[in-house]
Amino acid sequence: MKAYHKVLMMIASLSLGLLFLFPMWKIYLKAPQYPEGLEMHIWVNKISGDTDGAIQNFNILNHYIGMEPIHADSFAELKIMPYIVIFFMVAGILVALLGNRKLVLSWTVLLMIGGAVGIADFYLWLVKFGTNLDPTAPIKVPGMTYVPPLLGNKTLLNFEALSLPALGSLGIGLAILLAGLVFYFSRNTVQVKTAKRVMA
Amino acid sequence: MKSLFTTIKKAAPAAAFTLALAGGAVLQGCSSGPGEGSATAAGVASDAAQAVYVAPGKHDEYYSFLSGGFNGQMSVYGLPSGRLLKIIPVFTQHGENGYGYNEESKAMLNTSHGFVPWDDLHHPKLSRTNGMTDGRWLFANGNNTPRVARVDLTTFETVEIMEIPNSAGNHCSPYPTDNNEYVIAGTRFSVPLDMKGGTADVSMDEYKDKFRGSISFIKVDQEKGDMELDFQILVPGFDYDLANGGKGPSSDWVFFTTYNTERSGTLKELGASQNDRDYLAAVNWKLAAKYAAEGKAKEMPAYYYHNKMDKDTHIAKSTIKKTVRYLLPEDCPGMMYLIPAPKSPHGIDVDPSGEHMVVSGKLAATIPVFSFSKMQEAIKNKSFDGEINGIPVFKYESVLKAEVPEPGLGPLHTEFDGKGNAYTSMFVSSEIVKWKLSDFTVVDRMPVYYSVGHLMIPGGDTHTPDGKYLVAMNKITKDRYLPTGPELAHSAQLIDISGEKMRMLLDFPTVAEPHYAQAIKAEKVAPNSVKFYDLAKNKHPHAVKKESDASVTREGNVVRVKMTAIRSHMTPDNIEGVQVGDTVLFHVTNLEQDWDVPHGFAVMGANTAETLIMPGATQTLRWVPKKAGVFPFYCTDFCSALHQEMQGYIRVSPKGSPVPISFSTGKKKPAA
Repeated sequence: MKAYHKVLMMIASLSLGLLFLFPMWKIYLKAPQYPEGLEMHIWVNKISGDTDGAIQNFNILNHYIGMEPIHADSFAELKIMPYIVIFFMVAGILVALLGNRKLVLSWTVLLMIGGAVGIADFYLWLVKFGTNLDPTAPIKVPGMTYVPPLLGNKTLLNFEALSLPALGSLGIGLAILLAGLVFYFSRNTVQVKTAKRVMA
Repeated sequence: MKSLFTTIKKAAPAAAFTLALAGGAVLQGCSSGPGEGSATAAGVASDAAQAVYVAPGKHDEYYSFLSGGFNGQMSVYGLPSGRLLKIIPVFTQHGENGYGYNEESKAMLNTSHGFVPWDDLHHPKLSRTNGMTDGRWLFANGNNTPRVARVDLTTFETVEIMEIPNSAGNHCSPYPTDNNEYVIAGTRFSVPLDMKGGTADVSMDEYKDKFRGSISFIKVDQEKGDMELDFQILVPGFDYDLANGGKGPSSDWVFFTTYNTERSGTLKELGASQNDRDYLAAVNWKLAAKYAAEGKAKEMPAYYYHNKMDKDTHIAKSTIKKTVRYLLPEDCPGMMYLIPAPKSPHGIDVDPSGEHMVVSGKLAATIPVFSFSKMQEAIKNKSFDGEINGIPVFKYESVLKAEVPEPGLGPLHTEFDGKGNAYTSMFVSSEIVKWKLSDFTVVDRMPVYYSVGHLMIPGGDTHTPDGKYLVAMNKITKDRYLPTGPELAHSAQLIDISGEKMRMLLDFPTVAEPHYAQAIKAEKVAPNSVKFYDLAKNKHPHAVKKESDASVTREGNVVRVKMTAIRSHMTPDNIEGVQVGDTVLFHVTNLEQDWDVPHGFAVMGANTAETLIMPGATQTLRWVPKKAGVFPFYCTDFCSALHQEMQGYIRVSPKGSPVPISFSTGKKKPAA
């Protein structure tokens, strides 16, 4: 691997750091009585909103339909995920220093699996919150569940919910893309090395 | 008497003309059939509807603040729509939100006379930066029990009220200087001062010798807006009516109209109308402040209240002030002068250039315009015509610039459009008259319905008027709207002054009696408007920030309920252990952190108003149950789909009952 491959790999690892600076996912709610909208931000290590009161407001709205209140403490993932991200960052930097092309591939594939597991986990939570409703809830609409969309928009009673990946996820995407590019661009360097060995 | 007769004689033809006009209008009105006012839509701009239409969901271009007069409140209207946005309680208890009723705000209405739950609010004045309105605060006067209030324009709440000692009828108030260095307040009534902070017990026959007026100089904290009475000037015993600050070259000065310079103590409608001329008092406030700072001020004992709302606890606290400093004009040369002005003047208005002082004398046939530069000359040349209490009186001609001829009848108040024009309200002839500051000639007239008092142009009293609209505040309404019994809403009218000719756009009813108004571009205020209070910053001593901290505790015969409110329940909502005769204090904290979700609280039989609690705030309702039983309480502000369910019960047992204090919401909690 050439120096710039290593640099690219470094950047790929560091771009995961975006997860600590920006939310991974955002859920936007809009309703006639919420002209200013309501946003929930899902981070690698916390849950927040567009304002300090946003989560409380989500919970107030959700309690009418019997949805369990959302608290960061309820999610073990939020405690584990930061370590996983740090592991990937450190491992990525090591891979860059070692300059081993196979390790680049393994790192990328592992990261893709990690990301997929994360999304699947997120989806399961959405389903759990949306369907596991308190039978004593004041508002019960027969047959109605409130699973927010994983991606894209969906109408839930008077709310229009829109779910989109945010800048944090871009960090994962960027890491996968850059590491993939490193793997691709470095194919010749390996060939050259092999060729040299053959010639020797 | 001779002069009054002359005035009437002069005015008679014009008055007859006005009567003829009014008569004509009545006839016209009759022929136009039922459902219309007698003063027809004549003169209404053809595109008026479009000019004032603010489409649903759109915002007005201006906030306007109209005083409520005898309701003691301030009304906020949007312009050009004339839509009422809010009533801000200032000097009067407001059952609608508990202002002056709940434990936190009661102290705002404390005075040296005790709790005074009403006043007569006349003049709102916006705070200023560099002579322009800055949208931070609004000052307002309480006329009856002399007070000056400050409203914070981030919350639209009254945050400070200061009583003015040595004053009676705080009408000539409150006038901010160009950078709010001072807010100035003059007394309408002169009174016999006992020099101990009260009025002396003297015979009214001693008016001429014993009665004095005062002008108060209230220092304003540049950052926080907090007021402090710096000093007063004790002035001759006239009635001080209105004031206006200078601008540009005259910005060190403030001018006051006076009447009853005859110093009559009775039947003032005649007694105060004997002199041909009363005075315009000119005070160099900068020099006055300098004299006060340099030790010319004497101190006298006083006793007055200063009430301030703490922004972290939302609790008003009263402080009693025990001294006041004062200056005597006779000790302070160059500080104060008197300019003869037509008898019983009302408005004094300084044009944006600061050169012209316009006096609107309601009994005068012309509008005199005085010149600030001529006044400076006259001071230099000592063109005086005697003195009163050591205050030099100018020769009329030495300061007069011009007289606006035949303006109409009963000129009251003048504002400016910043384009070289002045607009004067004419009470008697019921019209707005536009005249030029360049040649002092009348160029346009607009009839208004009926009997206009003050008028207002946004920024029309500042350096930089925004000459687009004019609001005429009419004193008499009669048939302008559907009749509502003997008591009618007052009528304001919106006039387009952007062109050569004034154009009538809109009538809109106002609350109580606006005496004056202010307006400001919405963009200077709206972006700073607070949406809710940060619960984390709530420092109310009895706030509870989560439901699990809610409590009911007995301290002797006081039962403290620390309650939370959030959609759609109160915690606790079942309370027991209260006894007849206990004082129950419901400290309700609104846990919401969302825009426009106030909760209200009321309990059956409470001898007070509900209290309306903004998100993040804590307010307290005091209740002394008089009989045993179970009493419901509930949220009074529709907050959610389950608002009607947001209610609870409190059990009251006979005195000495063994029922212990207990409280719960949902599941029963153990007794505390």
